[in-house]
Amino acid sequence: MAELHLDTTKILRCRDIAEKISKPIESLIETHTTVAIERATLRLLGVNGASVQNGQWFPDCNLIVDELAKTGRLGEGILPSFVAKMLETKMTAYELGQSIAKGKIQLLSPTKSGVNVSPVEIKRKASELCSNAKQNLIDAREKRDLLRKKVQDPFDPAGRNGPLLYVIVATGNIYDDVTQARAAAQAGADAIAVIRSTAQSLLDYIPHGATTEGFGGTYATQENFRIMREALDDESEKLGRYIRLTNYCSGLCMPEIAALGALERLDFLLNDAMYGILFRDINMQRTLIDQHFSRRIIALSKIVIHTGEDNYLTTADAIENGHQVLASQFINERFALNATMTQDLMGLGHAQEMSPEHTNVFLLEIARAQMTRQIFPKSPIKFMPPTRYKCGDIFYSHLMDAMFNFVGVLTGQTIQLLGMATEAMHTPLLQDRWMSIKNAKYIFNGAKDLGKDIEYKRGGMIDQWAAKVLDDTLAHLEMIAKKGLMRAIEERAFAEVSRTEQGGKGFKGVVKKTADYLNPFFEIL
Amino acid sequence: MAKVTNKTDKKKADKPVLTAKTPDLKRLNPYGDIMGDGTIQLAFTLPVEPSPEAREAAIKICEGLGLQQVKLATMEKAADGFSFFVIYGNVTKTIDFTKIHVVKVESKKRSRYEIDEIIKTEIGRKLKVIGACTGFDAHTVGIDAIINMKGFAGDYGLERYQGLDAKNLGAQVQNDELLDIAVKEKADAILVSKVVTQHNIHLKDFKDLIARAKKRGLRDKLILVAGGPRVTHPMALECGFDAGFGVGTKPSDVASYIVDEFIKRRDKENKKKLSGEKKKTIKAKK
Repeated sequence: MAELHLDTTKILRCRDIAEKISKPIESLIETHTTVAIERATLRLLGVNGASVQNGQWFPDCNLIVDELAKTGRLGEGILPSFVAKMLETKMTAYELGQSIAKGKIQLLSPTKSGVNVSPVEIKRKASELCSNAKQNLIDAREKRDLLRKKVQDPFDPAGRNGPLLYVIVATGNIYDDVTQARAAAQAGADAIAVIRSTAQSLLDYIPHGATTEGFGGTYATQENFRIMREALDDESEKLGRYIRLTNYCSGLCMPEIAALGALERLDFLLNDAMYGILFRDINMQRTLIDQHFSRRIIALSKIVIHTGEDNYLTTADAIENGHQVLASQFINERFALNATMTQDLMGLGHAQEMSPEHTNVFLLEIARAQMTRQIFPKSPIKFMPPTRYKCGDIFYSHLMDAMFNFVGVLTGQTIQLLGMATEAMHTPLLQDRWMSIKNAKYIFNGAKDLGKDIEYKRGGMIDQWAAKVLDDTLAHLEMIAKKGLMRAIEERAFAEVSRTEQGGKGFKGVVKKTADYLNPFFEIL
Repeated sequence: MAKVTNKTDKKKADKPVLTAKTPDLKRLNPYGDIMGDGTIQLAFTLPVEPSPEAREAAIKICEGLGLQQVKLATMEKAADGFSFFVIYGNVTKTIDFTKIHVVKVESKKRSRYEIDEIIKTEIGRKLKVIGACTGFDAHTVGIDAIINMKGFAGDYGLERYQGLDAKNLGAQVQNDELLDIAVKEKADAILVSKVVTQHNIHLKDFKDLIARAKKRGLRDKLILVAGGPRVTHPMALECGFDAGFGVGTKPSDVASYIVDEFIKRRDKENKKKLSGEKKKTIKAKK
């Protein structure tokens, strides 16, 4: 591959500073839990039922965690009280969950006499349950990897096989999504992302069952995951090519989605350490604590995450603020490493979003895409298409996507989210996706080895721009390290958005762990 | 129109002058390369495999739309059980362009400087503008383009105006919350942007805001503006808004409208007061 002449000592320095930035956050993460982490813990144990409340399905794990939270005892974790009741009733986690949700059993009622629910016994049982849960995750992972080996798998994290074709489906109805996903796979797509209903990130529970109505997308539920994965398994077998499934591990239920995604064999999860804070106004502490636990599950299941830096430039000026993207990628990488993830699982996201009328805009795009590739050589870089300057002229829009595809193949991006000609109008029609896959296949094939056959001129425009972005990134990270991440976010370090440490949604769900906090997952995941 | 004449022809007055046809506005129809040809192109998918039958079905659908000389440019297999078509045809339908009437936002096109100047000289205080993307809609690209400093297509956002105090509340603001803030901040105008239109959620949310504003007696105290890629002015009026702005709207279009509407309302109010005072004085004389 043609390489830019980047100053490697500056790149190392950026990584050092990112580590320094993450340090104070790590102690916050270690000493706190959240309602979402405790719910994810129950879900991993098998509490995935739901009960009807006011005419709507509501997850059992929410009712149970809320019951404990009401007494102010959430700091000890959900496991001591829940496991004690399991020992007492001899029920499975699922059965007990249903019984508590239906009001047949009180989580905190006094234990019947003659049952051994000593702290030692609870600890032993909890360890056993968590080990079994871990084995379930490993089994799901192995089942997934078996299918990948059985058929041809085009994915290479370092991008040596050319960009993976990634498209979205967003009908709002999981069954229509399946039709669209199968059609996309047949047309050549390698990965399908089911876009979530626009409100879901702010729901503090995961809806239940198969869903057929959503706004701008389809609800992420365990059953919807299963239905789509089953269809893609079938399509992978038919096509002899593994088709990946993507969903959103973000918002107020981040750790729970990680658990369900892992159980239902998802391949990719959109997961970002800061996205929820900036773009969904979710509380900083909540997001930072939740992202860690979700990534522990993701690390075990070897799911590839996609970070959301592409969004930064939809609100901030895209030419002046490219360094914010790179700075955030360094921080996301560090938080992922801290959660035991390896670099080949970090799909660092980025997009250009620069004005198409800017002279030499493609030189700037190439510089940014190429430097991202070089700075994170082992990571599956995810390249997001133009959206900000898309308009109703679908023909011009199709051309913008073609140039985006050209930059993607030239610079060895790993995952290419294909742009849609109708981006500015509606969620994609079947034909929009087909056209865009045809566009990408043409360009990826026609320019397959161009990146290996050229050189970047030392000190040329592309080289210089990359050097400038790297310098700006280093300065930006130094500023953040000096202020501390939370204060820096408050002072608009990213995307021109300001958030406060105790502001935003979901802050109430953050609690300090007590000395007797019990959750073996923190040790075994 | 380009004339297909040359100067030597003009001199010879006895010879007919050759020109390209000019459009007939009384009988307007689409134009391809010959005036009046009625050419249009369309693309669509049929949920059947490509086949001679599928081709015939696609042509028949277009003929059913009133197209003549239907030419099927391509039939492609888009997936198992789906075929994609690109088709050309000629429309026979014509429209009397001279009789078309569209309800538009009535406001002058002005620059940021002109608008600031009008506010300074004719209003004498800053106008307060609150913007948000409401309901569950998380797509702030529209409201950001209008309000944020940066603006859109080289036209600076409302934050940049000296005469405006503009605040962007961002995504997923609930209607009541928006009205609470409008009251607290003493807003003169509210801008609401909606991008997601599935199940007509944008119309429901627009109407809900107006209903809530009416209930709280705020409706006539505020200039209410709707925006979004699928929003039109008549649609906004139907929902009870004062104006609607669609695709391609620039911040200065919105600012100019707000200023015009504010002055219009103020003048009307003053007139009322004035005539009220006159009546009073007349009464007093009596």
